[in-house]
Amino acid sequence: MSSEVSLVDRIICAAAQAWKDDGEVLATGIGLVPRLAASLCMKSVNTDIMMTDSEAWIVSEPVPVGPRGDYKIKRETWMGFSRIFDNVWGGKRHAMVGPVQVDRFGQANISMVGGDYARPKSMMLGVRGFPGNSINHANSFFVPNHSKKVFVEGEVDMVASVGYNPARLPKGWALEEMTDIRFIFTNLCVLDFGGPDHQVRLVSLHPGVTAAMVQENTGFPIFLPESVQTTAAPSAAQLAQLAELDPHNLRASALGA
Amino acid sequence: MVNKVMSAKDVVASIQDGMTIGIGGWGPRRKPMALVRELLRSDVKDLTVVSYGGADVGMLCAAGKVKKLIFAFVTLDFIPLEPYFRKARQNGDIEVVEVDEGQMLLGLKAAAMRVPYIPTRIGLGTDLVKHNPQIKVIDSPYDSKEWVAMPALNLDVALLHVDKADARGVCQISGPDMYMDDLYARAAKKTFVSCDELVETSAFDSAENSRLVFWERSETTGVVHLPCGAHPTSCGPAYGFDTKHFKEYATGAKEESGWSDYVAKYVNCTEQEYLDKVGGADAIKRLPLPVF
Repeated sequence: MSSEVSLVDRIICAAAQAWKDDGEVLATGIGLVPRLAASLCMKSVNTDIMMTDSEAWIVSEPVPVGPRGDYKIKRETWMGFSRIFDNVWGGKRHAMVGPVQVDRFGQANISMVGGDYARPKSMMLGVRGFPGNSINHANSFFVPNHSKKVFVEGEVDMVASVGYNPARLPKGWALEEMTDIRFIFTNLCVLDFGGPDHQVRLVSLHPGVTAAMVQENTGFPIFLPESVQTTAAPSAAQLAQLAELDPHNLRASALGA
Repeated sequence: MVNKVMSAKDVVASIQDGMTIGIGGWGPRRKPMALVRELLRSDVKDLTVVSYGGADVGMLCAAGKVKKLIFAFVTLDFIPLEPYFRKARQNGDIEVVEVDEGQMLLGLKAAAMRVPYIPTRIGLGTDLVKHNPQIKVIDSPYDSKEWVAMPALNLDVALLHVDKADARGVCQISGPDMYMDDLYARAAKKTFVSCDELVETSAFDSAENSRLVFWERSETTGVVHLPCGAHPTSCGPAYGFDTKHFKEYATGAKEESGWSDYVAKYVNCTEQEYLDKVGGADAIKRLPLPVF
């Protein structure tokens, strides 16, 4: 069974565990894999989480991705963008996002790449909601291509979201009340910030991946615990639910395959 | 009874060089693009633009009208990276104040509330405070922590697009989200609104319609009747954004002459000619709403 599981399905099912103990929070997955992970979580892991239709409504059941055919969304309340911020600032949210760069502190960037902020080598989106999300509620990351280009050696080029960097701690604040980064899911492994002093720690390896491979593709030292598990395979029930949530199998190309 | 109906030319005539203008909508959604095109046809320059940016920002950058941009993102969504905004940034052509999406809301809210700033935790610990020296970190009179003082984003002019409005400036947004348009209207000295339909005041008699009015008519300075005036952006539930048009726009940007070609085809003409070139109002109203 497990050998037939595609990598992307394994990652989605692992990532669905991110909201396991969150209770009633707004789970936001930005991008296909995080969105499916949140949807699967709401179906099977933590049925108390709340989700939107990625537009303007909170829905009482996760909305399938792609063309919906006859499916009608089940609305619970309005959740336009201004109200999203009301929710963000109250802290009852856990977002899973896809940064372009991440550093050893968990500081993340989607804005621009290059050494000169006034003339970026590559301009991307802008910081979007990263600064506010990161200091207000829990966040996890999804990185489809684990490499030193993403997991950079120094600090990210534009610190868009706060991490566990003591040098950037504002007066009167503690790191733990500013920052709550839960997990990083990549195409190689699952990481968290559970090492000494919030060092990035290896949680599990996907089948066929070694800790050495992860370290080689990461620009900073990773904390290796004594035992590291293999990322769990999805259950048959989860795979069936995933097929319902992604009826057009859009996830098949989510890792750039 | 006041009649606020005017032309797009009248709107642009009240925008002077160096003004700060806010543009409503969000990415490729419900942008006042016909008013933006009229601005592109004018000589106005050195603008400070405040926007949850899409092609409105890209086009104004391409046309060299932007001196300073206050933004949290610029994107066409299904095309994540806005090509002309990227060029302007990468060439160092524009000054920027890059802020968080929610911080921008707070800046507009502060302007609307007529206070100089709103305290927030947003931006602490990030490079926003490093790259934006005008955004100050302050002490609180109530605790021992530092906070960011998000300054008011006072606008000279706001440009918005809605689906229905009457001549007195009562504006209806029937789409699922008004984004921050209500705050733009309140943050600006003058607010100009283009509308798909110009309706009689009696259209708002019903509770359903009047519930979809998000600011008072006293916040609306002028109303311009511009059917399909959001195209190529969406105006849900009436029409979705025009992916074919945006692809042509973004593909063109790869060419040296991309912007001048776009201007020659889609800007240097009347709005009626523009609508004819993009397939006509009926075709626009058939553009499907995006599914996420």
